[in-house]
Amino acid sequence: MGREAEPPPPQQLEENTVEQLVAVNPYNPDILPDLENYVNEQVSSRTYSLEANLCLLRFYQFEPDRMSVQIVARILIKALMAMPAPDFSLCLFLVPERVQMEEPFKTLIVLSHFLETGRFRQFWEDLAKNRHLVEAVPGFDQAMQSYAIHVLSLTYQKVQGRGQLIVIPPNEFNHPESKKNSAESIPLDHITRIFPILG
Amino acid sequence: MASNYDYDDAATTHPPSDHLGYDPNFVPDSVKTFVVHLYRHIREKNVYEIHQMYETSFQTLSDRLFKDTPWPSVEAVAHYVDNDHVFCLLYREMWFRHLFARLSPTLQQRVDSWDNYCSLFQVVLHGAVNMQLPNQWLWDMVDEFVYQFQSFCQYRAKMKNKTAEEIDLLRQYDQAWNVYGVLNYLQALMEKSMIIQILEQEKEGLEQFTDTDGYDYSGGSNVLKVLGYFSMVGLLRVHCLLGDYQTGLKCLRPIDISQQGVYTSVIGSHITTIYHYGFANLMMRRYVDAIREFNKILLYIFKTKQYHQKSPQYEQILKKNEQMYALLAICLSLCPQVNLVDETVNSQLREKYGEKMPRMQRCDDDAFVIYDELFSYACPKFITPSPPSFDEPLVNYNQDAYQLQLKLFLYEVKQQQLLSGVRTFLKVYSTISLSKLSSYLEVDESALRTILMTYKHKSHAVDTDGKIISNADVDFCVDDDIVRVVESKPAKRYGDYFLRQIVKLESMINDMDRIKLE
Repeated sequence: MGREAEPPPPQQLEENTVEQLVAVNPYNPDILPDLENYVNEQVSSRTYSLEANLCLLRFYQFEPDRMSVQIVARILIKALMAMPAPDFSLCLFLVPERVQMEEPFKTLIVLSHFLETGRFRQFWEDLAKNRHLVEAVPGFDQAMQSYAIHVLSLTYQKVQGRGQLIVIPPNEFNHPESKKNSAESIPLDHITRIFPILG
Repeated sequence: MASNYDYDDAATTHPPSDHLGYDPNFVPDSVKTFVVHLYRHIREKNVYEIHQMYETSFQTLSDRLFKDTPWPSVEAVAHYVDNDHVFCLLYREMWFRHLFARLSPTLQQRVDSWDNYCSLFQVVLHGAVNMQLPNQWLWDMVDEFVYQFQSFCQYRAKMKNKTAEEIDLLRQYDQAWNVYGVLNYLQALMEKSMIIQILEQEKEGLEQFTDTDGYDYSGGSNVLKVLGYFSMVGLLRVHCLLGDYQTGLKCLRPIDISQQGVYTSVIGSHITTIYHYGFANLMMRRYVDAIREFNKILLYIFKTKQYHQKSPQYEQILKKNEQMYALLAICLSLCPQVNLVDETVNSQLREKYGEKMPRMQRCDDDAFVIYDELFSYACPKFITPSPPSFDEPLVNYNQDAYQLQLKLFLYEVKQQQLLSGVRTFLKVYSTISLSKLSSYLEVDESALRTILMTYKHKSHAVDTDGKIISNADVDFCVDDDIVRVVESKPAKRYGDYFLRQIVKLESMINDMDRIKLE
């Protein structure tokens, strides 16, 4: 009998494999380690999967002893980077309250609050004091800048910045052309009610 | 912020189920007749008769003979029905459901009910049933399954006054109502039934499911298919109870709620689906989607509830109706889009919450109290799915899940609180300078800029495809230091209003004409 071929060297989990696991086997706790690895992979390869991360947060909810604070923090940071999508709060709904009251979650929640309420200056100031939280997550700063630009371009046509007037390219949200009033149409069967009165 | 909302199961105020004077082996004649006929109808697949017996006869007998005792034990009735294994599982399902509704189940009974559901679902999953059962019954199975799971989690989370015996049983039966078990059964029913594929193929005319209300007219069984279908709603419900709204909505996606479907064939299923769909959207800040669906179902209930007055679900229908009005009031306070609401629903809403809604739009503590009150009244009974710690001191943690969802919801409300103030001014001006607006709002200009950006961010939701859509009824943009306002919707619907007043006036004139002056 010939020697069996050696198994291929362990590879990085393909994105497809983990997504498939979540789609096919979402309530099987055996996939928890795969999902944790996948979080780390999302961080290093600058990808993102809300669905897989929610699945993991659910497992932590079902078995709190297996929760990893570091992994949850990374999930929340990735969720912040998805703004303006509400992913951060969707994840928070699954994290127990007493965990949220500890670091680094307390700080992350404050940072999220500044972002949600357009307080960008305070955000960057607070972030500067807590760089260690996001150091390990490449792309964080760019994602925050991208979100800030998104909100600014929703709001402003022209805005003062660094002594210059910056003109924001017109988009569907910052142009005040009078939006067509939806014509109030009354169905005919409503009008027939008053035909006898009109005579 | 602790609310007085009583989170305990209604069942805890019911009499205990080990009622003295109850003989589980005594079978009244009417019960014997009932099981014999039900058994025959199930064997002969007389779905209509099964439905009558299940919906009406069972209720009548329960009201008359078993007001506060359980039905006779399955062992006592088994020999009337050839000891048929599947019938006995069905009988026990009804037996436990009756117990949970009218009495206070013991831990042992909760565990036994779990075992019964496992056996029943396993029989169905192995394809060993050849029955046609009414949709009402199949829906009730899934609905009750999730309800008993929720009830068990609530029960288990109250550790403080548990007896040593109860604690031992809890340790021993750690698999009963385990969250993995519950989710996996619902998932298995959904997958084994291939319901998602059936619904897909139906769109191309290759399958018949909705047209026949899920019933099988070619000699087969509807049980697995319809259980699989209702399991999607069951999964939506479980995920909402856990606080995972995104996944809950994803589980529901194969069902097109813009159309009639099997989910509308049973009123309980229709209401449960839309209630949870709306609630999930509310928590995901998709207020417009929530408002649309609440509006539709509330109008539907208004028009049809009279037909359900005699049904055992009537009370539940009314309760959910009231809860959805509360949720609608919340949505409309956070996202004023009254034009999305039908006039009938709007007038009901004004009647119930006309006084509270303006108060919710203010930036003060009073507003929070009302949001807290409405949310607590209308929200699902959130659960902590993990097993308890058996270490001393034993605590009650049954409110933890609810407290968390409430806290995060109010946090969102707080972030949005300043926005209604801005909106008031935007409705009045077509242009206004930043300096003037900031003095009216009594904030400095840089604070005003953050408020305006918050308004933009919060009023632009991200939909399922990642697109940004505005749900603001009043919008604006800032041009250097001027705010230019755009009102995108008509302020009032004059047409309907005038029509109604014309008819009313005419009827008053007619009444006056009839009065003869003496």
